[in-house]
Amino acid sequence: MIQGIPLEHFLIVSTIMFFIGVCGFIIRRNLITMLMAIELILNSVNINFVVFNRYLYPDQLQGQFFSLFVVGIAAAEASVAIALIINIYRNMKNIEVENVNEMKY
Amino acid sequence: MTGYTYTIFIILIPLVMFLVTGLLGMKWKPIVSGILGTIGMGIAWTLSLITAGSYFFGTHGAEGFQAIIPFEIKWLQFTETLIIKMGILLDPISVMMLVVVTTISFMVHIYSLGYMKGEGGFARFYSFLSLFTFAMLGLVIATNIFQMYIFWELVGVSSFLLIGFYYQKPSAVAAAKKAFIVTRFADLGFLIGILILSFVTGTFDFAKLTEPGTTIFASAASMSFMGISAMTWAMTLMFIGGAGKSAMFPLHIWLPDAMEGPTPVSALIHAATMVVAGVFLVARMFPVIHFQAPATQEIIAYVGGFTSLFAAVIAITQYDIKRILAFSTLSQLGYMMLSLGVSGYGGEEGLGYMASMFHLFTHAMFKALLFLGAGSIIHAVHSNLMQDMGGLRKYLPITHITFLIACLAISGIPPFAGFFSKDEILVAALEHNKLLFAVEYIVAGLTAFYMFRLYFGVFWGKDQHYHHTPHESPMTMAIPLMFLAFMSIFSGFLPFHNLITSDKMGFETHTDLMVAIPSVLIGVLGIAMAWILYKKESVVPAKMAKSWGILYTATYNKFYFDEIYLFVTRKIIFNYISRPIAWFDRHIIDAFMVGIGLVTEKVSYQIKGMQSGQLQHYAFAFVAGTLAIALSMIYLLM
Amino acid sequence: MNILTLLVLIPVLTMIGVLFTKDYKGARLVSAIGMGVELIATVYLVLAYLAARKTGMMHEMLFTSDFIWYPSLNIHFAFGVDGIAVAMIGLTSIVIFAGIFASWELQFLTKEFFVSLILLVTAVYGFFISLDLFTMFLFYELALIPMYLLIGLWGTGPKEKSAMKLTLMLMAGSALIMVGILGLYYNSAPGGGPLTFNIIEISKINIPVAAQRFFFPFAFIGFGILGALFPFHTWSPDGHASAPTAVSMLHAGVLMKLGGYGCFRVAMFLMPQAAKEMAWIFIILTTISVVYGAFSAIWQNDLKFINAYSSVSHCGLVIFALLMMNQTAMDGAILQMISHGLMTALFFALIGMIYGRTHTRDIREMGGLMKVIPFLAVVYMIAGFASLGLPGLSGFVAEMTVFVGSFQHQDIFHRVVTVIVASSIVITAVYILKVVGMLLLGPLKDQHHAHLEDAKWYEKLSTVTLVLAVAAIGIAPLWLSDTIVASLKPIVTRLATVIPF
Repeated sequence: MIQGIPLEHFLIVSTIMFFIGVCGFIIRRNLITMLMAIELILNSVNINFVVFNRYLYPDQLQGQFFSLFVVGIAAAEASVAIALIINIYRNMKNIEVENVNEMKY
Repeated sequence: MTGYTYTIFIILIPLVMFLVTGLLGMKWKPIVSGILGTIGMGIAWTLSLITAGSYFFGTHGAEGFQAIIPFEIKWLQFTETLIIKMGILLDPISVMMLVVVTTISFMVHIYSLGYMKGEGGFARFYSFLSLFTFAMLGLVIATNIFQMYIFWELVGVSSFLLIGFYYQKPSAVAAAKKAFIVTRFADLGFLIGILILSFVTGTFDFAKLTEPGTTIFASAASMSFMGISAMTWAMTLMFIGGAGKSAMFPLHIWLPDAMEGPTPVSALIHAATMVVAGVFLVARMFPVIHFQAPATQEIIAYVGGFTSLFAAVIAITQYDIKRILAFSTLSQLGYMMLSLGVSGYGGEEGLGYMASMFHLFTHAMFKALLFLGAGSIIHAVHSNLMQDMGGLRKYLPITHITFLIACLAISGIPPFAGFFSKDEILVAALEHNKLLFAVEYIVAGLTAFYMFRLYFGVFWGKDQHYHHTPHESPMTMAIPLMFLAFMSIFSGFLPFHNLITSDKMGFETHTDLMVAIPSVLIGVLGIAMAWILYKKESVVPAKMAKSWGILYTATYNKFYFDEIYLFVTRKIIFNYISRPIAWFDRHIIDAFMVGIGLVTEKVSYQIKGMQSGQLQHYAFAFVAGTLAIALSMIYLLM
Repeated sequence: MNILTLLVLIPVLTMIGVLFTKDYKGARLVSAIGMGVELIATVYLVLAYLAARKTGMMHEMLFTSDFIWYPSLNIHFAFGVDGIAVAMIGLTSIVIFAGIFASWELQFLTKEFFVSLILLVTAVYGFFISLDLFTMFLFYELALIPMYLLIGLWGTGPKEKSAMKLTLMLMAGSALIMVGILGLYYNSAPGGGPLTFNIIEISKINIPVAAQRFFFPFAFIGFGILGALFPFHTWSPDGHASAPTAVSMLHAGVLMKLGGYGCFRVAMFLMPQAAKEMAWIFIILTTISVVYGAFSAIWQNDLKFINAYSSVSHCGLVIFALLMMNQTAMDGAILQMISHGLMTALFFALIGMIYGRTHTRDIREMGGLMKVIPFLAVVYMIAGFASLGLPGLSGFVAEMTVFVGSFQHQDIFHRVVTVIVASSIVITAVYILKVVGMLLLGPLKDQHHAHLEDAKWYEKLSTVTLVLAVAAIGIAPLWLSDTIVASLKPIVTRLATVIPF
């Protein structure tokens, strides 16, 4: 119990974050925004990891470690993705996802 | 009884000659192949005569002439009991046929040395002749029905090759094809007949099938199909095979066209030997047909009778001399079939059987003579048509005399050979079937008439203006003519009734004057009619033809049977069966298979649309799917 | 070394050898030598097999060897032959030997051509000696792939389309076979114990009847597609028409036999109850196949189409006879496979040679070739006679064995269809004589053909090899028939002893 806040509250927050992320990912056409949406999804998962760790196994740290991994990988992913996006922008002068179809067929 | 092992050489020699002249003939001078073939045939002929001499006039027991099998090997085994063997069966009819085949073949070999001289493919011709002789000999000495069928087919193919000998002539090719396909169709009947017979009896061997009092047909009685007993089916189908080879109505259409082949071939194959194979088959199966399938025997008698009349009528109107002879062959074959059809079994009852074989023998001699004579005429005149001939007796004395002898023989004038055998047939017919007797009686008159129409038209009548004077044929052609003329005169005196009978026991015959005198009279009448109409050039025949009108035209066109067959094959089979099937295959079945491919392609295009490549679409599908599963799980678990 | 391993090894070595050659002459020489050695090895195999049988080795399969290949699924390389397999191997060796010489003048990507061709043959050998369903299937697939390349690259006419059609239809067949084989595998131990792919082991147990009913059609139709079973035969005309000579020879001569062989070795032998139960359906289909193929052939004008349809008719007879399920008829089926393989290879070889000279395959544009190219024409006639069942050539022996065998059935249905099927001999005569008459006989139709050259030595070698084989079977069929019958005994016994429902 962290200051009397029940687990459900955390979960509600993370679920809302997750679906905001999913919606953003599906709806937005801008690659940067989509990347941000993915960050939201990852972070909502991070919240879950940390919270479950705290509530279920308070004397163990796997959940927290895992969320650190996620953060690390998210950083790497963001850097790769942004590199790609920059390249796409250089080639196509925009970063709208539907316009990136040069190699589709 | 094993003293006959040498008979194997009778059939091996022609086979070797076929292979040798066929493979090496083109490397030699043409005449070498001819001489080699003739010498080989001469040896085979001598061996056949020795065989016949020792078989018929050697010692034999009181139970008549026994079948001897001097040689037999297993060729192919189907089941425990159904085995095709290759062997030699010597019994009266096969020994007689050996003599007939080798005699005529030898004569034709000699004759062709002159007749075919200078023709392209001389070696090929001799090689095919040897092949034919081999096949025909294999057929007559067959020990079982399947061996007979094997050689039967070989005979058919060698006939095909020889009819189509002038293969650059479209009409010869068409005739060869026609002969092969018509007989092939009949052979299908033969084959099915064999299948039924072997199914019922479990054996192919003639020895077992024709054994008196055999029990192998015991199971046949209960079998029937569509209300007709199994044995009747088997024998009738087998007779269809025989009818095809022997050109019985309505399978006769190939024989007149087969005259496209070289004339010696017509003499050998389409007059004396191959066409009697059907008669031989019926004679071979005679005990089976007589006892197990009497209905078939009836059919045989009527088909034979009808064919003899039908062909004789057509022969009157033809102008191509070889075709006249072809129709006369048909008519005579009809006689033989009829005679078998009315015959009984054993002793005097078996007169028809004896008469048929007798007629087969004499007919082979005089018909071969007629054809070889015709060949000699054609050789001199370079035409087949009677209109181009006339007054040839001055130019071709040997041909003229021998031809006259043959005409007298076929017309049944004593003492020539044809009289005796035809007389026996008429007696046999009179005893069993009055209607058929009457028919044959008329045919005897018609035969005399059309043969002498031919004779007078060719050798008498108006003297044509020939481009170059016709000259008598060389000795190679004259000697066979003379030999066969000799046979045509004297072979009637052979004691057939002691040698070749249905139950292998001799019996006594006597000339029935009540039959003989009228038959000679009607023959003379026919000759007299021909004398009046054709000896001198006259307008009467043309007028008569005109007065018969449509009937004459129909007869001249052979009652349009060729056209009917052509219609059936070209129009119905080719156009209305084959073509739709070919179309169906391309446009329905193949299109269906291709269609499966096309549909797959179309569907894949459609599905491809779903794979937009838009990550967001996938993500949406993914999330929606996950949600759907999750919700359904929750719903189910609740 | 096991003789069977050698049979597969020689072609593989030949392929490697061909890869190292420089030009087309080297490639064809190496191939010819390789296949010559293979032919000698085959003759040795036949003699060794006959000798072994004579000494009284009664095992179903001889020269067996067995290597475990993939233990967890119990997949083996199991080899062994019986009389039927030996006969089929003999057929393959003769056809490929003739095929190499028939493509002697091929100069476009020769090396690749021979490698693909020999790869195909290797797979065929592998198929016939396999005793393990999985490796059998493996070789089957292996035989199909080079076919696509061979037709697609070296073919004529609409070759890509035909190659695609042929490969796809046969692949569909192999998908069905796959299902059938897996079905057999998973039911191969009904009483518990390890599952197996081994044909001999499966043949000793009874697959549950329900499973048989389900899987038999898969296996049978799957193999039947390759055996040109009506209505799945339409790959054959297109495929054969487009394929280069040697490939047509090999495909019609040998590959189509894989279908028939698989039909009885896998489908019927291992699932006898279902085979008995469903035979009538396929008997009707094959009866149609035989008559229909022959009628279709009458109306064709392309030599290769005629032959392809004639193959449909003749191969239909193979499956027809197999389904009769008695010793004589099945013996006839195997004989028919061999006979048809040889004579159709001969036909395709000749068609290739004639096409190489006249540059047309349309019989309406040719005529009177007998005068110009007598050797090829005579051989063509011999092939034609073999096809229409002339005694003394192999076709007669095979057809008669089939007809007599099929007619021994007590059941009226079987006898009636036999009569219908037998009528095909007349139709066959019609189209063969039509072709012979139009193509070879009569006056010369096209004056451009007046100076064609007759067969060269390699063409003579190729055709004479096949003619000799056809004639040898036709003249002395007893030893071959006896060898086959001896090997058929276990199969026939198994089919006879099962209780039909």
